[in-house]
Amino acid sequence: MHVIETGNVAAALGVRLAGAQVVAAYPITPQTPLTEKLSELIEAGEMDARYVPVESEHSALAVCIAASSAGARAFTATSANGLLYMHEQVHWAAGARLPIVMCVANRAVGAPWNIWNDHQDSISQRDTGWIQIYSCDHQQIIDDTLKAFRVAEATSIPVMVCYDGYLLSHTYMPFAVPEQEKVAEFLPPFQPAYALDPSSPANLNTVTLPEVRLDVHGELAHGYMEIRYLLQEDLRNAVQVVEETDAAYQEVFGRGGVPLVEPYRCDDAEYIVVGLGSLTYQLRDVVETLRAEGHRIGVLGVRLYRPVPDAAIAAALQGAHGVFVMEKALSYGYEGALCSDLKSALYDHLPDKSEAPFVKGLIAGIGGREIRTADLADALRSGLAGSIPDPNWIAIQL
Amino acid sequence: MTRTTILSLPTEEYVHPGNRACTGCGLGIAYRIGTKALGPDTIVIVPPSCLTVLQGLFPVASTKLPSLNTTFACTAAAATGVLEALKAQGREHTKVVAWAGDGGTADIGIQSLSGAAERGDDFLFMCYDNEGYMNTGVQRSGTTPQGAITANTPFKGKLQQKKDVAAIMIAHGIDYVATASAAYPLDLYDKIRKAITLKGVKYIHIHTPCPPGWGYEARYTVKIGELAVETGYWDLYEVELGEFRLTGASAKALKKGTRKPVNEYLQAQSRFRIMSPEQAADVQARVDAKWSTYSGGEGC
Ligand SMILES: Cc1ncc(C[n+]2csc(CCOP(=O)(O)OP(=O)(O)O)c2C)c(N)n1
Ligand code: SF4
Ligand SMILES: [Mg+2]
Repeated sequence: MHVIETGNVAAALGVRLAGAQVVAAYPITPQTPLTEKLSELIEAGEMDARYVPVESEHSALAVCIAASSAGARAFTATSANGLLYMHEQVHWAAGARLPIVMCVANRAVGAPWNIWNDHQDSISQRDTGWIQIYSCDHQQIIDDTLKAFRVAEATSIPVMVCYDGYLLSHTYMPFAVPEQEKVAEFLPPFQPAYALDPSSPANLNTVTLPEVRLDVHGELAHGYMEIRYLLQEDLRNAVQVVEETDAAYQEVFGRGGVPLVEPYRCDDAEYIVVGLGSLTYQLRDVVETLRAEGHRIGVLGVRLYRPVPDAAIAAALQGAHGVFVMEKALSYGYEGALCSDLKSALYDHLPDKSEAPFVKGLIAGIGGREIRTADLADALRSGLAGSIPDPNWIAIQL
Repeated sequence: MTRTTILSLPTEEYVHPGNRACTGCGLGIAYRIGTKALGPDTIVIVPPSCLTVLQGLFPVASTKLPSLNTTFACTAAAATGVLEALKAQGREHTKVVAWAGDGGTADIGIQSLSGAAERGDDFLFMCYDNEGYMNTGVQRSGTTPQGAITANTPFKGKLQQKKDVAAIMIAHGIDYVATASAAYPLDLYDKIRKAITLKGVKYIHIHTPCPPGWGYEARYTVKIGELAVETGYWDLYEVELGEFRLTGASAKALKKGTRKPVNEYLQAQSRFRIMSPEQAADVQARVDAKWSTYSGGEGC
């Protein structure tokens, strides 16, 4: 079935399809319509779940953490300062290895207050141990949300599905809604590794010492460091799980194929622009314009940002002469975080460093600053001519 | 309602002896009795506190009930999460009980507690009040009483009044709010038994003396707890469906019409060592004023 709906509704429909059992949320623009929609579906009896209208985002994720610990499929969504307010819990959910799914309708963070789109909110959570997926359109939002539950449960790692506030969250686009009858084939009911249960008591997340320690049966139990190492190892292996999940999804629903990176006209490209989210679709127009001017240029959308699909990124960029990384967030004091990650991937994976492409970072659309396609083209034209604009913030007016 | 006696308490233990709480810990008494009242079909939610330590360091647990350790601010929200998950799975028979310190209740945790109470989520919230942040080395909390020396009120003692969390919870209009003391375990036991039959958030605030934090010898924990009640400094009461009633030793004191001087309680603890006679008289005056509002009670 095809519908014309907003990105937020696409996410909500994905959550309903996945059969989330506990939803907890707190209003924040531009996420709000997503969880309003869920409350509507649940109250109308069109979705069998518990909706908890909590008093803060910290509590929203607390409810999900606890519900997941007690064996329920749990979902929340937020944006911007809501995500920052959750930060302690974001780490906690990953450390506790809970397969929670959260949608983030990306928005700039304060101060000063700004409700418009950029990626600073989710990028600033990249070191928490969550899997982060960036959806570029409404179809990807609904598909990624459904896939996220399977990835989370297969890895026991929470998943953040990020999509651009307003640009996707509030715009109406046609997309296909996966058939509910087929969902069970793709996503079986949640089988938690352990669920809080008086018949098999356990003391979850208690103080864990720096050193390994014997348990009451005389067996060696992990220390904090082992537990954290396993999170890192499982996250690294999650690249493959994301690929496998996408393949399974394609088999059942016939859509997918770009779980890690999404190239557009990269095959013969001398220059590649790299980015996250809907910007990479906008860049396709720019690429067409520049190609018409004789430049061999393509665009690479990074779909999975944590864990970094470093091998896939490096393979996609191999052979290019130059790379422009266009970002809506940065690691303040240095550069765009994706730009640093990408350089690192190239350094690790290109056998001959002398053949590595140059990498230039560009910043665009901070706090919702309009990203005009013509400005993108101009910035890239000067980049192709050997000098990116200075400062490298597109459309800045100082 | 029939009162529990020491002989009718369940013999089943849910807290193993030899746990990591200090000798003479008031919380240890309250938790042991409290878990007996809750019984085996219970999940506990615990924020960072002395109770975390009491329950044991991974992979050793000193309690038999399943327990979810949470971040500091979110105890009540976590209780809601467990509750909703149980409902979603048709496991409503299991009781959900949050068990937090005074810091985790009165200060950093009050937002999530207030939210859950307002929503009417169906669980029991136990606050054990050792009147300070003991786990981090005895700093002041919202419930530290005026005049008490703590690690961050080192010379002048705490200047402000104790926050009355039970009153705040009463203002939420919930079905059941009670105060209790580790020195009166049977009163505590009966209150928990009653609370778990009622709907929504039920709140019990337990006075739990703490030898290292309050400055007295470990063997006097029960004595100190009793003195707090006998002097009228700490009262045992319950507010059930809006109706206030003194219970146990506090009800007895009201009937008798006499209370020990508050000074006996204050002077037994080194945390009040810098209190002047005027300050102590002021405390006595406030206790007297509070008691002048009491009438009735359950009798004895
Ligand atoms: C967000 C956060 N801030 C601070 C702490 C440090 N901390 C751990 S326990 C504690 C004090 C707990 O006090 P209370 O709730 O009264 O329990 P008690 O230790 O007295 O039993 C503090 C401040 C923390 N764990 N998390
Ligand atoms: S510091 Fe006080 S409350 Fe904490 S374990 Fe020791 S006696 Fe108990
Ligand atoms: Mg305390």
